[in-house]
Amino acid sequence: MPSLSTVRRSAPPTTTSSTSSSAPPPAEPPQPPQPPQPPRASTSAAPAAAEPAADSVPLSGGGPVLTVVPRRNPWTWVGVAGVGLLLAMFVNGLVTNPGWDWATFGRYFATETVIRALGTTIQLTVLGTVAGFALGLVLAAMRLSSNAFLRTVAWAYIWAFRSIPLIVQLLFWFNIAYLYQTISVGLPFGPSFGSVETNDLFGALGAAVLGLALHQAAYAAEIIRGGILSVDEGQREAASALGIPRRRQFTRIVLPQAMRSILPNAANEVISLFKGTSIVSVLAIPELFYQVQVIYGRNSRVVPLLLVATVWYIILTTLLSIGQYYVERHFARGSARSLPPTPLQRLRARWAGIATQAARRPEGVSR
Amino acid sequence: MTAPTAAVDLRGVTKSFGAHRVLDDVDLELAEGTVTVILGPSGSGKSTLLRTINHLEKTDRGQVRVNGTLIGYRQAGDRLHELPERDILRQRSRIGFVFQQFNLFPHLTVLENVVEAPVSAQHRRRSEVEVEARALLERVGLADKAAAYPRQLSGGQQQRVAIARALALQPDVILFDEPTSALDPELVGEVLAVIKELARDGATLVVVTHEIGFAREVADTVVFLDGGRVVEQGPPEQVIDHSAHERTRAFLDRVL
Repeated sequence: MPSLSTVRRSAPPTTTSSTSSSAPPPAEPPQPPQPPQPPRASTSAAPAAAEPAADSVPLSGGGPVLTVVPRRNPWTWVGVAGVGLLLAMFVNGLVTNPGWDWATFGRYFATETVIRALGTTIQLTVLGTVAGFALGLVLAAMRLSSNAFLRTVAWAYIWAFRSIPLIVQLLFWFNIAYLYQTISVGLPFGPSFGSVETNDLFGALGAAVLGLALHQAAYAAEIIRGGILSVDEGQREAASALGIPRRRQFTRIVLPQAMRSILPNAANEVISLFKGTSIVSVLAIPELFYQVQVIYGRNSRVVPLLLVATVWYIILTTLLSIGQYYVERHFARGSARSLPPTPLQRLRARWAGIATQAARRPEGVSR
Repeated sequence: MTAPTAAVDLRGVTKSFGAHRVLDDVDLELAEGTVTVILGPSGSGKSTLLRTINHLEKTDRGQVRVNGTLIGYRQAGDRLHELPERDILRQRSRIGFVFQQFNLFPHLTVLENVVEAPVSAQHRRRSEVEVEARALLERVGLADKAAAYPRQLSGGQQQRVAIARALALQPDVILFDEPTSALDPELVGEVLAVIKELARDGATLVVVTHEIGFAREVADTVVFLDGGRVVEQGPPEQVIDHSAHERTRAFLDRVL
């Protein structure tokens, strides 16, 4: 460093013709070195007090203050028109095409059989999600453990249950009585203390919940593990430096922060499980999709009855998505300086704005 | 050094990362109520040394004692067995640690950050700890920020919260790992002022820093570390202004 600066300092005298002619002249040569600054300061201060216009001109670049116009994108409107047209054609088709058969749709949409089947679907989703994520949490903790045994067991579980197709697994649990007629409690390879008929233990619904939960746990484990890995290592280190107990570090410090990246993926899983429950129709469980199939098998009105199921799936997925928004918001506390308003809050704010404007307008007229 | 048991006592502490020896037979004895500043070029093992004191870093050889208690290990004959994590965590709750990157919990408010460890690690009553926490926040000049989240604060304010969080455990020693290195220059002063006040109140502090001015003003002992070894230690006027060691002088020439 010192050698460089001395070189630079000694350089100008030797190269005066090239370097000094380009940079310094505009500032220095016209006037002697000492006077120019004080006079400039005094002249700029004096006119500023006398006539402010003269001072503002050089600041704004020699013209009046310029207004910023946001960029326009005309193609957006072309897109809106195109999509609007397609949407109009689709809606028109829904209304005018007799094939949709809205009368049949209306007749079956809220019948007791359909509602009860919907209840079964929701029940399967809730049980599959709760059991799946509970087991997934344990598996994720095992995979992140420092113990090689726990890590291997968790890895093997995830490998196995992600490899086997869900439908195969469901059929396997459904048919488990074929492999093991009774399940008994006793010593391995030794005497048995008591036994149960497998079919008593596992109804079709039990097999379905078991299959869905075990399948879901493998995916949930990876989602939770990903979330935990996304939390800065410094957080665990700080918690550990403060002496916070191990389990508390996980539940209070790491997991709430991991939730931010777990939630979008977890919501995906819940929604996909919700619709995926239609796969258990292979076990003849009267969930929504199975029940709809039964009905159109009787009356052969395939399209309107598939529509019944679809509309229910859409309604519940919408509710889940709204729930997801608010849960994510809850776990976003502290992640930004201030959270953006919810759609409801925005709507209310706009209403309030319109109301105050309306209130102000007559006041202005009366004046 | 006149005290019978030193607040922090390191004997032959040695630590390697792979083939690289980061700490090489370090001996240090820090008396209670003193301020020790550890100086040294980057890579000299300053932070690693600090982190062995609360067992964030395991040692390969040697022993660390805080107020006479062996940290991280249990002695059996001439061998040291690492303690179960639960016991290490309990020991750590008596040793405050302030990080370069603050490491506040971003999803908890300032008050919750300060209250968390005394409640969950020391099993103290939340209501009682909250009163103390508010007093500590007042002491670091952030009484009005109790309900704020860390990301709503400036770096200097965050580091002051981190200091309050460490103080809430009523620690025997507080360790500072480059507490001002991640701060904008104009925010360094407010953090150093808080540390100086702790020093005046007689707390035992160990500070790794590059702030030579701070070391000269506040330190009782300056330790100069290079290549994992203690090159010299002594009062600041000796180590900083009249060092007998060429390596120390070369380092100070570069940073001053």
